Amino acid sequence: MSTFFTEEHELFRQSLRAFLEKEAIPHIDQWEEDRRTPRDIWKKMGDMGFLGLSYPEEYGGLGLDFFYDVVFNEELGRCNSGGFAITQQVTQYMSCPNILKYGSEELKQRYLPGIISGDLISSIGITEPGAGSDAQNISTTAIKDGDHYVVNGAKTFITNGVYGDFIVTVVKTDPEAGAAGVSLLILEQKMEGVTSRKLKKLGWHSSDTAELNFDNVKVPVENLIGEEGRGFYYLMNGLQLERLVAVPAAVTGCETAIEMSLQYMSEREAFGRPINKFQVLRHRIAQLASEVEALKAFSYHCCEMYANDIYDVKLCSMAKLLATELCEKVATECLQFFGGYGFMEEYPMARMYRDVRVGTIGGGSSEIMREIIAKIVIDGQGYVKPKSSGNGIVERKASTPGGNGKSDNGSTDTAETTPDISIEEIVSGIQAKASAVDALGKTLKFDFGGEQITIDGTGADNQVSASNPDADCTINLSKEDFHKLVSGNLNPMNAVMSGQVKIDGDMGLAMKLQSLFS
Amino acid sequence: MIKNYQLPRKVYATEEHAMFKKTVEEYFKNHVLPHREKWEEQGYCDKEAWLKAGELGLLGITCDPKYGGMGLDFSFSAMLIEEQSRYGAAAPGISMHSDIVIPYIEKHGSDFLKEKYLPGCCSGELIGSLGMTEPSTGSDLQAIKTFAEDKGDHWIVNGSKTFITIGYTSDFTIVACKTSKGAGSRGISLIILDADMPGFSKGKPFKKLGLKTSDTCELFFEDVKVPKENLVGELGMGFIHMMTELPRERLTIALTAIGAVRGALEHTLAYTQERKAFKQPICAFQNTQFEVAEIATQLEYHCAFVDRCTELLGEEKLTAELASMAKYHSSDMQCKMIDACLQLFGGYGYIWEYPIARYYGDARVQRIYGGTNEIMKLMISRSIYADFFQEMKAAKKHAQKQMAAAAN
Amino acid sequence: MTKYFTEEHDTFRQSFRAFLEKEVKPNIDQWEKDGQLPRDIYKKFGEMGYFGLNRPEEYGGLDLDMWYGVVFDEEIARMNSGGFGASIGAHPMLALTHITHEGTEEQKQKYLVPGILGTKVGCLAITEPSAGSDVQSVRTTAIKDGDEYVINGSKTFITNGVLSDFLVVVCKTDPDQKAKGISLFIIDRDTAGVSATFLDKLGWRASDTGEIAFDNVRVPASNMLGAEGQGFFYIMQHFVSERLAMAVGGYAASEYAIEVTLKYMNEREAFGRKINRFQVLRHRIAQLSAEIEMVKQFCYSLYARYAAGEYVVKEASMAKLLGTQLADKTMTQCLQMFGGYGYMEEYPMARMFRDTRLGQIGGGTSEILCEIIAKAMIDGRSYKSV
Repeated sequence: MSTFFTEEHELFRQSLRAFLEKEAIPHIDQWEEDRRTPRDIWKKMGDMGFLGLSYPEEYGGLGLDFFYDVVFNEELGRCNSGGFAITQQVTQYMSCPNILKYGSEELKQRYLPGIISGDLISSIGITEPGAGSDAQNISTTAIKDGDHYVVNGAKTFITNGVYGDFIVTVVKTDPEAGAAGVSLLILEQKMEGVTSRKLKKLGWHSSDTAELNFDNVKVPVENLIGEEGRGFYYLMNGLQLERLVAVPAAVTGCETAIEMSLQYMSEREAFGRPINKFQVLRHRIAQLASEVEALKAFSYHCCEMYANDIYDVKLCSMAKLLATELCEKVATECLQFFGGYGFMEEYPMARMYRDVRVGTIGGGSSEIMREIIAKIVIDGQGYVKPKSSGNGIVERKASTPGGNGKSDNGSTDTAETTPDISIEEIVSGIQAKASAVDALGKTLKFDFGGEQITIDGTGADNQVSASNPDADCTINLSKEDFHKLVSGNLNPMNAVMSGQVKIDGDMGLAMKLQSLFS
Repeated sequence: MIKNYQLPRKVYATEEHAMFKKTVEEYFKNHVLPHREKWEEQGYCDKEAWLKAGELGLLGITCDPKYGGMGLDFSFSAMLIEEQSRYGAAAPGISMHSDIVIPYIEKHGSDFLKEKYLPGCCSGELIGSLGMTEPSTGSDLQAIKTFAEDKGDHWIVNGSKTFITIGYTSDFTIVACKTSKGAGSRGISLIILDADMPGFSKGKPFKKLGLKTSDTCELFFEDVKVPKENLVGELGMGFIHMMTELPRERLTIALTAIGAVRGALEHTLAYTQERKAFKQPICAFQNTQFEVAEIATQLEYHCAFVDRCTELLGEEKLTAELASMAKYHSSDMQCKMIDACLQLFGGYGYIWEYPIARYYGDARVQRIYGGTNEIMKLMISRSIYADFFQEMKAAKKHAQKQMAAAAN
Repeated sequence: MTKYFTEEHDTFRQSFRAFLEKEVKPNIDQWEKDGQLPRDIYKKFGEMGYFGLNRPEEYGGLDLDMWYGVVFDEEIARMNSGGFGASIGAHPMLALTHITHEGTEEQKQKYLVPGILGTKVGCLAITEPSAGSDVQSVRTTAIKDGDEYVINGSKTFITNGVLSDFLVVVCKTDPDQKAKGISLFIIDRDTAGVSATFLDKLGWRASDTGEIAFDNVRVPASNMLGAEGQGFFYIMQHFVSERLAMAVGGYAASEYAIEVTLKYMNEREAFGRKINRFQVLRHRIAQLSAEIEMVKQFCYSLYARYAAGEYVVKEASMAKLLGTQLADKTMTQCLQMFGGYGYMEEYPMARMFRDTRLGQIGGGTSEILCEIIAKAMIDGRSYKSV
């Protein structure tokens, strides 16, 4: 591993480790119990120069290379408290890079020195009660009104949201505009109209996770990060770091679990010998250790790519997926080695077991990771690195010819590849069919995302138009698939059953598709 | 109404079962679930819940009515266990009390003990616990150290136990003690210690990963004077007595497992139909559908095996091996399936206020207590090979006899 | 930025791949039917220098670094014939390795030089009917008699065991001892008393796997390879590279399987669309791809450490364990993607599935690997280079 870490890295590691062993680890049980980590630990870390490692010196950072960040995360991972670790993981790597990369000089001066000194703690506010994986669906609005925005909405599962100082919040500055209407706005907990509720969780107890409410919060326009409407692209740019940050800590977490297990198993006896003599248990250790060793090599490979400015979405997603799943496997098997003591909070494995469970959910669930990887590996979708000068435009390469860039379940990363058929053509095309069947009695809308066709069957016969009412039943599909339906190349029932078309509302009406299009 | 994707449960098919289920539902919904947060905070459940259970006839279900029991067969206990687990209620520890502690006294105890403890157990006034595991010995039961020194008409008991379910709130504990040294398993006896006996103290309830409403604690015995009449069963036969009760105990864990999965699945179905992402309910994703199909299938499969064990138990034919299979396989399945359910809840799966996180925490210990799943496998394989070895020996002998006969 | 393969390596890969496409791929089906490889393919490999990639120039080798060997193993795995890979690999990697490291000058001239040329083919015979994992319990004896050794015993599951020109055989020169009683011998195929039969197998059908009998076989004492009583340690020594190579075979075959599977899924339709649209199948591919990438990077990092002189016994065992487990998992799932066609020999997955299955058994079973790893981690056992 000396390929990646120099002597200086190792010296840093030693001093950080000594610090954590003295100042953090002895108190973690208490912080977990209190459901809160006191702020002075961050201040101490800031004083020691452990924060803002790769942030520029002009803000108090150390301007060091990415592998110092890797060391930082590895050492956090050894503390056996995901809650403790996540506080700075979010602040340093998920929240503030947005300010560093896209914020005005004023914003940088206002916030960055504080998070680097340990005086300030921040959050990244993306997730909402109604939008998790489906980040494009957020509905928190920020409406411009003179020299400020008025923010209304709610966020949830926000790490550091209760006791932290500010939130890089994802808002809709243009609620009509889909992804292009998203912006990043800095809100502060102390602003009027911001309220929080602390959530009770299975694990990460020392981390405060908040449900936030924004009730007519007035936010100065200066708090806008970068440009309006660019928020989504800024976020996409930061995702790889967010995913990667979890990985070194996951590796050392697993290593720590195995170390603790080996120690316990060498002491605990049953049937006249230490339990590390039982073959089944020995083989489990062997299997786990092998997987952790492989993950470690993979982790360093991905980190090295990132350190060299190689923006590999596939690799980072794979690393996040595998690391978090392995953590769960290691935690549960190691807990089992401890027998009854594994279930007791007094012993380390119970906390680790609880803490790791969120790994496959937060930061992009494992399912979403698989969606992304599948798109790249199967559909040949490519991701181009955004320019690091802050323009942050994520371009999505078109899929290979013959491959359809859209997965059935319409996830966020998809660009629509609709053929060029005009709505007028479609309307006139199906009016004949619609008139040939009995009036539906209700309204049926085909939503192509941005455009739509509505069949109004509330009158004497079915009227087709391009209008966009609130229909009794809405069918979401691509123009292409609609075309196939109409031309008989797509069986409506199959399309519905396999989820190729998505139905919202009166299912009975959807069932009538068969008769409409056969 | 049995659905097409559910196995008919013959063991619960009578009208009495249907009525019983309603009583159980009423009990948990009105007298247990509303208190969860409070009980989690304090680490045990209130006595009222026990008394209510006694009142409703939910304690001592298989116990003889002359002691206040319900005199019903085990299938009712089984139903109660499943339903309690389905509701995600770890407390009160009814099954430990009714299906483990009470039977020890009823089957092996003297009339004196039966009359002294059983009525209170059935009414809920007395709660009983079982003390086997010690700090340095879990799986290797023969190696326990708690010692009951013979003093003529009483014992002096010294030692400690740990991980004792309902140990903190119980009024008495059946304690596995060494009554003679150097006699291995033959030196173990079961002795009732009352919580108010001088020298008998308890640790505060442990903070645990799950089962937070259920009190688990350490017990300490310092020169506790225990009258000889508190012996349950025969002296030195404690280990044997425990062996006879194992099949039922292991079955209760399997029942808990399938009940939990059913409850978790119900919550999951509701959530996946409500929760939307990418413009549709998440049950429209094939991944969700396949996961749900898997969970439902595993559940029904395990119901088949577990029901058969319940039937066999009723006929007193449930072997320890079959019960061990049911225990380890169901608990492994439970952990895997509930993990899959949690994943379908996304971030909400991690929030304690949503039930699934609690099912997840509660599940983990099922692979450990009641005999770890590793011990279950050891036990099963030993039985298989011992049997196989016997058969081979017999076959050899038979062949030798035949050869000898042919030679003559 | 760590880069394992240089431009030279890439050029070699291209030319090797082209060679395989031309000289090997079109013949695989036939060789699978025949149950053996023809002699001339060995010669062709030899002519191209493929058997001497890492061998010293003075014996006809190319004296290249070990990364050429990695390329070799990766490309071979794409031929979809575990049998071909086994035979063509066992010769240089198992037989010639021992000659190179333990051979006398005379032995090297007699076996290594023609071996590298491909005019003489060798095999390594360790396993016996009653001794597989428990190598120390081999029973084949080599008893000194004057200036000869008399060899008696039998071997089984030996790749190239029927058709090779010479055999490197593991014998007990001191039957009363365990590891310390083992020595290696080179035996010419045409020596009196050596006989072999073909074994019919689930997979690896293009490879002649043999059961070999030694009936009072007499060899000159100079046929001993290396020092007496050191045979066991010589074998252990080379396990690191053998296990790493098998790990490479694991992930490389998996990668190839994914490739052919993606191609199929992009053509095959069901319910009105290509089956690569179905979410569950997509996610399986994604998961497998991630695991393959991880094992691949793990192996590369180990080769780098090995090249730098680190004796990575534990890690090589870990890599082989994971690589072969992954291959089984990948083949099973990929076969499933092909539906009924997955079961037809006409389509690639059936053979891939059959061939892969040996991975967790040969070269150290997964169970033995766990034993080794556990000893290292739990008992603090460490291994030194001999």
